Amino acid sequence: MSAPIRPTVRRASRRQTQSLAKIVSIAILTIGAIIIMVPFFWMISTALKQQRNVYLYPPQWIPNPIAWENFRRVWEVVPFLQFTKNTAFIVILVMIGTLFSCSFSAYGFARLRAPGRDIIFLAILATMMLPGAVTLVPTYIGFSKLGWTNSFLPLIVPAWFGSPFYIFMLRQFYLSIPAELEESGRVDGASNFRIWWDLMLPLTKPALATVAVFTFFATYNDFFGPLIYLNDRSKQTIAVGLSYFTGSNTVGPQMHLLMAMTLMATIPSLIVFIFAQRYFVQSIVTTGLKG
Amino acid sequence: MSAPASTTSSSASGLQAGYIQPRRRGMTMRRREMIDCYIFILPAVLGLLIFYLGPMIASLYFSMTDYDMLSPATWVGLENYRTLMHDAIFWKSLRVTVTYSVFSVPLVLGLALFLALLLNQKFRGVTAYRTIFYLPTVMSGVAVATLWKWIFNPDFGILNLLLEKIGIHGPAWLADETWALPALILTSLWTAGGSMLIFLAGLQSIPNDLYEAAELDGAGIWNRFRNITLPLLSHVTFFNLVLGIIGALQVFTEAFVLTRGGPNNSTMLLSVYLYQNAFQYLKMGYASAIAWAMFLIVMVLTLAVFRSAPMWVHYQETQGNAK
Repeated sequence: MSAPIRPTVRRASRRQTQSLAKIVSIAILTIGAIIIMVPFFWMISTALKQQRNVYLYPPQWIPNPIAWENFRRVWEVVPFLQFTKNTAFIVILVMIGTLFSCSFSAYGFARLRAPGRDIIFLAILATMMLPGAVTLVPTYIGFSKLGWTNSFLPLIVPAWFGSPFYIFMLRQFYLSIPAELEESGRVDGASNFRIWWDLMLPLTKPALATVAVFTFFATYNDFFGPLIYLNDRSKQTIAVGLSYFTGSNTVGPQMHLLMAMTLMATIPSLIVFIFAQRYFVQSIVTTGLKG
Repeated sequence: MSAPASTTSSSASGLQAGYIQPRRRGMTMRRREMIDCYIFILPAVLGLLIFYLGPMIASLYFSMTDYDMLSPATWVGLENYRTLMHDAIFWKSLRVTVTYSVFSVPLVLGLALFLALLLNQKFRGVTAYRTIFYLPTVMSGVAVATLWKWIFNPDFGILNLLLEKIGIHGPAWLADETWALPALILTSLWTAGGSMLIFLAGLQSIPNDLYEAAELDGAGIWNRFRNITLPLLSHVTFFNLVLGIIGALQVFTEAFVLTRGGPNNSTMLLSVYLYQNAFQYLKMGYASAIAWAMFLIVMVLTLAVFRSAPMWVHYQETQGNAK
C-alpha cells in the first residue's frame, strides 16, 4: 500500500535538498561578490575624499564631503589626456592589425591545403608555450637597432603578424562552419580572398568580436611593452603613466588623487566589458576547449 | 598557372576528355589553392620567423655573450650560465618564483572550480553573478596593482583595518619580508575569473542525464562530483593547469608595481630579476641566460604535467558513453 507513495516522498525531499543547496550557493556567491566589490568600493571611496579625510582612523567609508574636484586635479597634475590619446592610438592599431592578420592566416590554416601547412601550424601552436622572456632581449635589441624605441612601432607592428592564440581560436571557428557555403561561392567563381572577406568574416562576427575584446584588454592593460619601449613621458600609455605616479613624490602620497586616477583608468575596461561580456561565455564554450 | 588546362584535349576522345578535363582543372585548382594558402598564412609565418624563431636563436646566442648594447657583443661561451649557478639572487628568485607558483596555481584553480560549480546552476541572476566574478580578470594590470598597494597599506589600508575589526593586528604586508610574497599570492586570486569561465564552459558540456542516472542510483552530491564531474572535467583542468603554470612563472606587473622585488628580494620573481638585468644594468647577455633558465623550468614543468596526463585526464570517447 505504501509503495506508490515513497517515490513521491523521495522526489519531494530531493527537491528540498536541491533548493537548500541552491540557497547555500547563492549565499556563498553573494559573500564572494561582496568581497570582490570591497576593493572597488574602497577605490571609489578614496577617490572621492578630501586629502585630510584619507588618513583617518577609524576610516571614513562614505566620503564626506564628496570631493569631485579630485578628478579635475588629476588632469592638472598628470598629462592624463595625452596618456589616453597615446593608449587609444596604440590599442586601435593593435586591434585592427590583430583582427586582420589573425583571421587572414586562420582562414588559410583552416580551409586551404598546401604542403607544410600543418607543420607550420604546429610550430605556431608551440610558440604559445614559449615564455615571452626568451624572445624579449633580442626583440628589444632588434627594435632599438631599427631606431624604433621611444616610438609606438614596437608595440603596434608585431600585432600585424598574427598572434598564436587568436589564430588558433579563429581557425577552430572556421572549421566549425560548413564547407558547402564556400563551395557555392567557388562555383560562382569567387576567389579565396573574396570568400574570406565576403563570406567568412561576416559569418564569424562573434568570434572576431571576442578577439577584438581580448586584444583590447591585453593591450590596454599591457605594462611591460610600454615600460621598456617608451621613454618620454609625453609618449606614455595610461598603464605606465599611472605607475610613474604610484612611486613619485608629488602624487604618490596623495592617495585620493592616485585613486581618482586609478578609477579613471579602469573606466574604459569597464565600459568595454559591459558591452561585450555576453560574448565571453559563448565563445569560450565553442572554442576554448577543443585544444 | 592556368596554362596546362587547355593543352590536353587534342589526343583524347570526347569521352576521355570528359574524364580528364575535370581532373586537369582539379590540378590547377589545387595549385591555385596551394598558392593562396601560402599567401593567407604568410603573416603568421613571418610573425613566427621574425618574432619567435629568430629571436629564440638570437637569444641563445646572446646568452653566450657579454653585451651592453653600447659596445659590440663579445663571446664568452658558457660563462653567463656558470655565473648564474653561483648567483645567490638568481637562486633566491628561483625559490620565490617556484613558491609563488606552487601556492598561486592550485589556489586559483581550486577557487575557479568552486565558483564554476556554484555558477553552473540555474537560478535568477546567475549571469549577473558570472559577470561580477569575471570582472576582476579584465581589471588587472597597473590600475589594480596600484589599488592593491593601497589595500595592503599597513596603517590605513582596508585589509588591516578589517583585520583590526576582528581583533587581528595585521602585518606590514608589502614592507614585511615574510608577508610580501603571501600578499602577492593573494592578489593572484583576483584573476581566478578566467579559469572559472573555462571550467564553466566545461561543466556545461557534461550531459545532464549522467547526473540524473547517478541520482536515481542514489549517488550523493559528493559522489556525483567525484565520479562524474571531476573525470569528465579533467581535460579542462589539464588545460587550465598548463596555462596557469606558464602564466604564473611569468608574472611581472603585480610584482613590479607592488614591491619591485623587495623587501630584501623576498618577492624577486625571475621575471623581475630578468628585467633588472636587461633594462637597469644593461646586461643583455646575462638576462638572456636567465630567460633560458626560465624557459627550461617552464618546459620541464609543462612536460611533467603532460606526462602525468594519462594518469588523471580522461577524454570522452563519445558523449553520454562515458560512464
